[in-house]
Amino acid sequence: MNCQQCGEREAVVHLTQIVDNEVSTVHLCERCAAERGIESDVELEKSPLGSLLATVGKEVGAGLPETETAGLGHLRCEDCGATLQDFRDIGRLGCPLCYTTFVRPLRELLRRLHGSTHHLGERYAAPGSPALRDAEAQVRDLREQLERAIETENFERAAEVRDQLRALE
Amino acid sequence: MIDLSLLSDGGMGWLDASGPHSDLVLSTRIRLARNLAGRVFGVRNSAGEREEILTEVRAAAEDVEPLDHAMLIRLDQLPQLDRQLLHERHLVSKDIAGLDPASRVRAGSALLVQNDIGVMVNEQDHLRLQGLKSGFALEAAYDGVNDADSELGQRLAFAFHPEFGYLTSCPTNVGTGLRASVLIHLPGLVLTKEISKVLQGLSQVGLTFRGLYGEGSEVVGNYFQLSNQTTLGKSEFDLLDHLGKMVQQVITYEEQARQVLLRDAPSVIEDKVWRAYGLLRYARSLSFEETMNLLSGVRLGVGLSLVPGLSLYALNKLLVHTQPAHLMASDGPGEVSGVEVAIRRAAYVRQTLEEEAGRAA
Repeated sequence: MNCQQCGEREAVVHLTQIVDNEVSTVHLCERCAAERGIESDVELEKSPLGSLLATVGKEVGAGLPETETAGLGHLRCEDCGATLQDFRDIGRLGCPLCYTTFVRPLRELLRRLHGSTHHLGERYAAPGSPALRDAEAQVRDLREQLERAIETENFERAAEVRDQLRALE
Repeated sequence: MIDLSLLSDGGMGWLDASGPHSDLVLSTRIRLARNLAGRVFGVRNSAGEREEILTEVRAAAEDVEPLDHAMLIRLDQLPQLDRQLLHERHLVSKDIAGLDPASRVRAGSALLVQNDIGVMVNEQDHLRLQGLKSGFALEAAYDGVNDADSELGQRLAFAFHPEFGYLTSCPTNVGTGLRASVLIHLPGLVLTKEISKVLQGLSQVGLTFRGLYGEGSEVVGNYFQLSNQTTLGKSEFDLLDHLGKMVQQVITYEEQARQVLLRDAPSVIEDKVWRAYGLLRYARSLSFEETMNLLSGVRLGVGLSLVPGLSLYALNKLLVHTQPAHLMASDGPGEVSGVEVAIRRAAYVRQTLEEEAGRAA
């Protein structure tokens, strides 16, 4: 079925609405739907994750010495065997360790997806693990991270750490 | 066949319309995504590992008060119709129920459910905890599911990262793992054509909307699920607070839109509402979509006090029981044609409305 607005593209959004007291279903293509402020399922899936996936790990290399970026494409998670390409293909990580293995490209992706890379919610300590470090230790740790970020001129990261420090203090 | 009467309220306590703003907001749902530390996520694990996860979660749930009497429903041992039934009750996702034509139900997929708390085991994440409440009740829904989460988290080791928070299979859920959704009926905004502006506004403040069945579903009957888009970088409290304030705003807009309709076109609205009621009351065959749209009109009429003697509970019940699997299952198992389903639907709606009219008289 073609879009009822432009009549050109295939209709992918089927919106049931009541207009002038008549119940009707409007069939729209993605673009015309977007013009009306309706995001289609297709669009929802693509955005925000889908369109970002293809770029994961690609910009990370920009501005870094080659030795740092060389291995990225060949990184393989030790726990589950997933590669960055697997993640790009399916949009799912393989296991908790993947977050450590692919930490740098992921940080960039998370920043774009959530506008942040740092969890500010509930802190969790698994049963049997050492109790949550007290606030002082956390502050010490963050101060070190802040110094490191400034040293490496990673100012974006420095700003984040500073915000976290402020929240803690 | 699965016997859902074993569940308290059939797993749908929220139907009773007892919560705040129940005329507009059907239900509030909070979902928390959790995974077990040191275990491969759902996309890459084997049937054996999934079975182990289920055993582990079940054992932990037995010691946890919010789940110690939970009913275990193994989706991997249920026929498709039963899985669809659970999906229509919003107890399981389409994904775990294996309802997509391209997928099938995977080994170890299960639901633990007790009162208004549910845990999907072996969904995309190892655990998806869910709390459902009637009406607009973010805090109450969160409290329930948070209790279950805290207690389970003392018995199971969840995957948690100091920087990224709770780790999830999809990075769109990482951090709090929290998705809060409010299922709201907005015919006023649709009729006054303000809806796209409102939805656009919501997307600009980090909220998203979906249809009746959540992710990837269409909007039918003017029901919208409003929820937070991001899960990382804000505390649970802030996420809920933000969504709550925005939903409150949407409720105000919807109420204003309804007043505009009543002021500018009272006779048109009244006629529309009663036409919808008349069709539902007397039709002999109804499609699902038509039913949803007519119910939307009648619900608007009840909200505007134009239709007396019709309870929100009855309307909510109609919403659930006129769905395809509910009608197919209503007369025992066996093949039922589409024509027969439409006839059964009309009969069910007629009977419910007659009973309501009789009750009111």
